Amino acid sequence: MDQATSLAAVALNDVAITFGPKVGGYTAVSGIDLSVRPGEFVAIVGPTGSGKSTILNAAAGLLKPSQGKVRIFGNDLAGLNLRSGYLFQQEALMPWKTALDNVAVALEPKGVSRSEALQRARDWLTRVGLKAFVDRYPHMLSGGQRKRVALAQVLIRDPEILLMDEPFGPLDAQTRQIMGNLLLSLWAADRKAVMFVTHDLEEAIALADRVVLLSAGPAARIIGDFPVPLPRPRDIAEVRMEPTFHHIHKEIWTSLRVEVQKAYAQGEGT
Amino acid sequence: MPRLKLTVLQIGVGLIFLMLWHVLTVYPISGTPKQVQFFFSTPLDVLKRCWTLFASGEIWRHLWITLVETILAFLFGAGGGIIFGFLFARKELLAAVFDPYIKAANALPRVVLAPIFALWFGLGIWSKVALGFTLVFFIVFFNVYQGVREVSPVVLSNARMLGMNERQLLRHVYWPSALTWVFSSLHTSVGFALVGAVVGEYLGSSAGLGYKIHEAESVFDVTGVFAGMLILSVFVILIDMLVTMIENRFLVWRPQASLAAQT
Repeated sequence: MDQATSLAAVALNDVAITFGPKVGGYTAVSGIDLSVRPGEFVAIVGPTGSGKSTILNAAAGLLKPSQGKVRIFGNDLAGLNLRSGYLFQQEALMPWKTALDNVAVALEPKGVSRSEALQRARDWLTRVGLKAFVDRYPHMLSGGQRKRVALAQVLIRDPEILLMDEPFGPLDAQTRQIMGNLLLSLWAADRKAVMFVTHDLEEAIALADRVVLLSAGPAARIIGDFPVPLPRPRDIAEVRMEPTFHHIHKEIWTSLRVEVQKAYAQGEGT
Repeated sequence: MPRLKLTVLQIGVGLIFLMLWHVLTVYPISGTPKQVQFFFSTPLDVLKRCWTLFASGEIWRHLWITLVETILAFLFGAGGGIIFGFLFARKELLAAVFDPYIKAANALPRVVLAPIFALWFGLGIWSKVALGFTLVFFIVFFNVYQGVREVSPVVLSNARMLGMNERQLLRHVYWPSALTWVFSSLHTSVGFALVGAVVGEYLGSSAGLGYKIHEAESVFDVTGVFAGMLILSVFVILIDMLVTMIENRFLVWRPQASLAAQT
């Protein structure tokens, strides 16, 4: 095991994931080598059906790689990766619990007492701007507010790694921007390692330190790894005006466009 | 539709029905009133009989027994249904092995069990509770089974990623999800608990609303039968209103339930 791999928060070595039978199944990704250092914000971008979420699920332990290894801080991953927090694209809150209970319950597996959990959940909901909505049930909140609750639910556990699967995908453009800035400001406080999956290249560049580009599926592989040397702290809206941003965007888009066209040629990548 | 208008229309339908019944049985339209009244009684007689039953206090004992049977049948049936529903939903093998037997047992018309239960548990309340149990159990069982198996996979994955163990998943995810299904079937299952109790009483007992109706039928006392049916209907509506209240209290997190609670 080389130095870089052992230091990485997440390291995928030659990972391949096949759904269905070993022979004749659908290979989503193959030959994936990717490592994320502690404190690094990595965005994974690719056309639809390129297996972005599959890679994330492998890092979370929700999927077992058919081949290759996943290491978390140098240890082989067996079972779920509980050192990570996972923010889902779909609705993942428990609909039968209020915002406060949804966040507080995340501390129960850690053995935190109920009263302390409630206190800390209140603090976290305040930090994500939902102080006035603690007693609401998920269906009484807007899509953006539900994402804030989900973010608080993940962050209250203080995971060392954040895994995010197009978390702001279903939100409208303005809300996405606000959520992006909220995420960056929370992340800046204690720089966790982040794997952020998105199909939105601009979002990826605006948020990340590094953008990893996947080819079109099946058997998608990494075809580019671009550093984003934009200064921090960033504002999602303003950073898009910078010349460096345009430069990086153009560079990555040249490669991404080819893959997007391939994906569409295969029938919208399905 | 405005609430007031709806209520007026609902009451109107009832009044028209009673009027028709009254006119057709009191005036010589479809035969001599005495003859017609033997078969159909009259609404006023039925109301008078109800009044006598309540005024004499005789009916309370029967209502109480039917209520106790209904509640016991519901509690045992729901309890059993919840336990077995959970067990079968979490243990694939168990569900697969018992599947044909459960279907067969559920397909059986429960009325044929009544004499057996009377033989086993006597003519007291327990044979009626047993009959209600067989009806409630399967409804709750199938709903819990469904509820546990149809937990949103994303909610489940999320809870797992939060580090929940099996016991915590059961408490925070499976149980509330199954409870939703139990409550959505609550009206049906409470109704069936009552059906079990009344049918059981009807087929052999010495007390309860079913017994009162049967007693009146055996002497061709149509007024008594209708009075029993009327009391039974009002009884069912009251129980159903109670169930709706409980439902709204427990399912506040559901979009439709909270809307219903607001109106």
